[in-house]
Amino acid sequence: MKTYDAIVVGAGHNGLTTAAFLAKAGLDVICVEKNDYIGGAAVSRNLYKDWMYSNCSYVCSLLRPEIYRALELHKHGLQVTPYGGSVTFMENGDYYGSYHDEEVAYREMARFSRHDADAYKTYSADTMRQCRFIRDFLLSTAPDPTSFRLGDLRELIRIGGKFMDMGEDRMYDTIRFWTMSVAEYLDEYFETDVIKASFSGSGIIGTALGIHSPGTAYVLLHHYMGDVDGNVGSWGFARGGMGSVSKSIAGAFQAAGGELRTEAGVDKIIVKNGKTTGVALENGDEIAGRVVVSAMDVKRTFLNCMEPGDLPEKFHKRVQNFKIRGSSGKLNIALDGMPTFPALPEGSSLYHSDMHFIDSMERMERAYDDWKDGTWSKDPYVDMVIPTINDPTMAPPGKHFMSCFVQYCPYEIEGRAWTSEEREAFGKTVIDQISNYSPDFKDLILHAEVRTPQDIEAEIGITEGNIFHGELTMDQLLFNRPVPGYAQYRSPVDGLYMCGSSTHPGGGVMAAPGANAAREILSDLRRPNTVPENFGDD
Amino acid sequence: MKNQPVHQGRLKSPFHSRIAQLDTVNEWHQWKGYSSADSLYCEDTEYFAIRNSTAVFDLTPMTKYRITGPDALDYLNRLVTRDMTKIRPGRVAYAVWCDDQGQVIDDGTIFHLREGEYRLCSQERHFAWLQAAAIGFDVTVTHETEDIAALAVQGPTSFSVLNKMGLAGLDELKPFGLTHFDFQGTELMVSRTGFTGDLGYELWIDPDKAEALWDALFEAGELFGIRAIGTHALEMARIEAGFLAAYMEFLPADETVRTGRSRSPLELGLEWLVDFKKPNFNGRRALAEEKRNGSTWQLVKLDIEGNKPAHNSYIFDNARASRDNIGFTTSAAWSPVCKQNIALGTVRAPHGKPGDTVWVEIYYQREMHWNRNMARATVVDKAFWFPPRRGATPPGPY
Repeated sequence: MKTYDAIVVGAGHNGLTTAAFLAKAGLDVICVEKNDYIGGAAVSRNLYKDWMYSNCSYVCSLLRPEIYRALELHKHGLQVTPYGGSVTFMENGDYYGSYHDEEVAYREMARFSRHDADAYKTYSADTMRQCRFIRDFLLSTAPDPTSFRLGDLRELIRIGGKFMDMGEDRMYDTIRFWTMSVAEYLDEYFETDVIKASFSGSGIIGTALGIHSPGTAYVLLHHYMGDVDGNVGSWGFARGGMGSVSKSIAGAFQAAGGELRTEAGVDKIIVKNGKTTGVALENGDEIAGRVVVSAMDVKRTFLNCMEPGDLPEKFHKRVQNFKIRGSSGKLNIALDGMPTFPALPEGSSLYHSDMHFIDSMERMERAYDDWKDGTWSKDPYVDMVIPTINDPTMAPPGKHFMSCFVQYCPYEIEGRAWTSEEREAFGKTVIDQISNYSPDFKDLILHAEVRTPQDIEAEIGITEGNIFHGELTMDQLLFNRPVPGYAQYRSPVDGLYMCGSSTHPGGGVMAAPGANAAREILSDLRRPNTVPENFGDD
Repeated sequence: MKNQPVHQGRLKSPFHSRIAQLDTVNEWHQWKGYSSADSLYCEDTEYFAIRNSTAVFDLTPMTKYRITGPDALDYLNRLVTRDMTKIRPGRVAYAVWCDDQGQVIDDGTIFHLREGEYRLCSQERHFAWLQAAAIGFDVTVTHETEDIAALAVQGPTSFSVLNKMGLAGLDELKPFGLTHFDFQGTELMVSRTGFTGDLGYELWIDPDKAEALWDALFEAGELFGIRAIGTHALEMARIEAGFLAAYMEFLPADETVRTGRSRSPLELGLEWLVDFKKPNFNGRRALAEEKRNGSTWQLVKLDIEGNKPAHNSYIFDNARASRDNIGFTTSAAWSPVCKQNIALGTVRAPHGKPGDTVWVEIYYQREMHWNRNMARATVVDKAFWFPPRRGATPPGPY
């Protein structure tokens, strides 16, 4: 039987990234995927006629440009097109829009509060300071503060240096920022409810926490720290849907000689004498490899695909305790035409933005209350985009694809599985909310795919359908992600590595975990590094 | 008789009314006397119209000449460095023309409209030169810049837009081909040419029909993401395509004061445009000599590490800049589609061969303070952006 240098389990964007960098270093790599298509949660699916759905992840900003460039993803068909702004529709018929143009954004904010319009500059600088701090660590392994290894010490000194560099006052701010709630953070700058509600959404997306929960300020940052072509905080659409990201990375992987096998779900990661020797597939086949890299989330990897006896007890326990709660659902809708939103002026650029339908902090928190009660939000926070406004490739001319990300939606309804009636009712909740602001919307719906966390888990494999492969809270970030002592992509089993979003720097279509893991693996194998450096100070 | 006063303000292109209607940012510059938009609403969005859907750019101010007469072909063949006998009617040629010292006066496109009838389109004005070059030829050179309104329609859905507009048979038009259509009783010339390196066309029509053409185009393009764009977006696309611009990559030789500041086609990487096998042409002797003895300069396309654009940068052959610089960048940009830090530059030969490593001195400002980077760069020989759709015939819908 052939023995591969490395087997990567899961052809999501991180698995493919690790695979591509390993293959570029000359390793003989196979990437196995349980589904009959690749991409994991960065995927474009043709589920209705000529429509292409970005049916999991739907926008792109975090994907590291260093990786994009190193893998020459444009030559493999990737093109990311930025889109502008956002809008929050209000119950009183008004709306709050945010705009790309600084002065337009200022005027719009001043329409509600001149205080807030002026405060935005400071808010923006303070948030950018935190972004700069964290962005520097995305393409590097998180140092272990208990380690005396030279690499860890050097990195700790670098982080410490950057931290001290902020000065006393801002060091306090930083420590507060990393632990505070998004609501408290916004309260420090703004007075207008709708403006705070509009900004706070980024603090809860994909997170089983409410706007008043400590730690959500960081989640806001996680959505701000990306960029499109140097515009930090900007978001874009991948042309052809999010599957273009995975497809292009797979293209780079295959161009480097890598082998891709779909419909090859892993049943067990094989361990012999404390070392992995390969994987056993669900169909009974075995693949031998010197190194196994799991792109699956940490729970699925160690609890579903390994024998507990192969793992240290404490590690096993910590994986069990890892927080990876399902909190988000998704509606993917094929539209017969462009819905109108009478609140918006005709031809408004906000038609090209992402749309939200919650206008107060009170409603934001209430949405979370429903999740705690074991049901979906009856007045949910919806992040709605229509990529086909920009992308001519995803639907026939004049027709549209609408993606609705929904917060909150639990993994189970009051502790039990979802019924199909409940799934339908969940979908109706979202459609009704949008219809309140767009009277012609319902009539334009040709097809809708409703996805609960349970559906996402069943199809993609992510435990509880948690989009980040685990909560982005301080106890699960940096050297704590996923498990203290194992934050550097290595596992307790020799030859077994992790490269999914459960590892530093976490979720989102960023490809940084995959790239960082590849760097560590190549270092262990004493192979030349193929993973790019951070671009540095922006 | 009263003297006619010279027009003091900026000229308005026949498309001006439509562009002004779409404009929201009020940023204009002067282009050969015409008001031309830097940007209409947002540079980034305009740039992505070129790469993602359809961008429309008003190129009416481009200098245009009509060349007719029995000797038109012989005249052009003497004028430019490439072999014009190969350019059949219905084809377009990119060309450069030189002075007797083999230094580039300008580059441009020559459209073989019909048998013996040509249009020469260039950035700069050359009437005096073109007339001087016509001595001894039975040829008529007519200045027709104001007589033709022209639009660039560029981007992956540009074929779909023009097809929707009813231009039947356009699917067969190959790159650098041209064809004629009837548009509301007027002749519309469409060429598959452009300055973006993407799938795209240029439309040429009588100025009286300019607004009607614009309206028909935008109506057809509504569902294909059509957008009007300004020069800033176009400039980014130009650099990605690796195209030259006068006053950036070269100076017109006939306007250059200082010795050594002009460039030959060989120094601009345009040797493929110089045909020594054809009969005599302007600059032939000097270029043949340069080919024998070697050029002084070499145009380079640079793939630069990092993400700080190398504007106005010196180029060195070592990271410490311990010897004199070997050249400088002439155009630089961060390429959003390639996610590459790209530049065009000029270096002293024999530096600048494809695959060579050079070092670029980049200054960039962050919150008032300046930083300096010495960035490693690789000389590449291909265009940074060359998607398959650019050459595909028939073109795809997007």
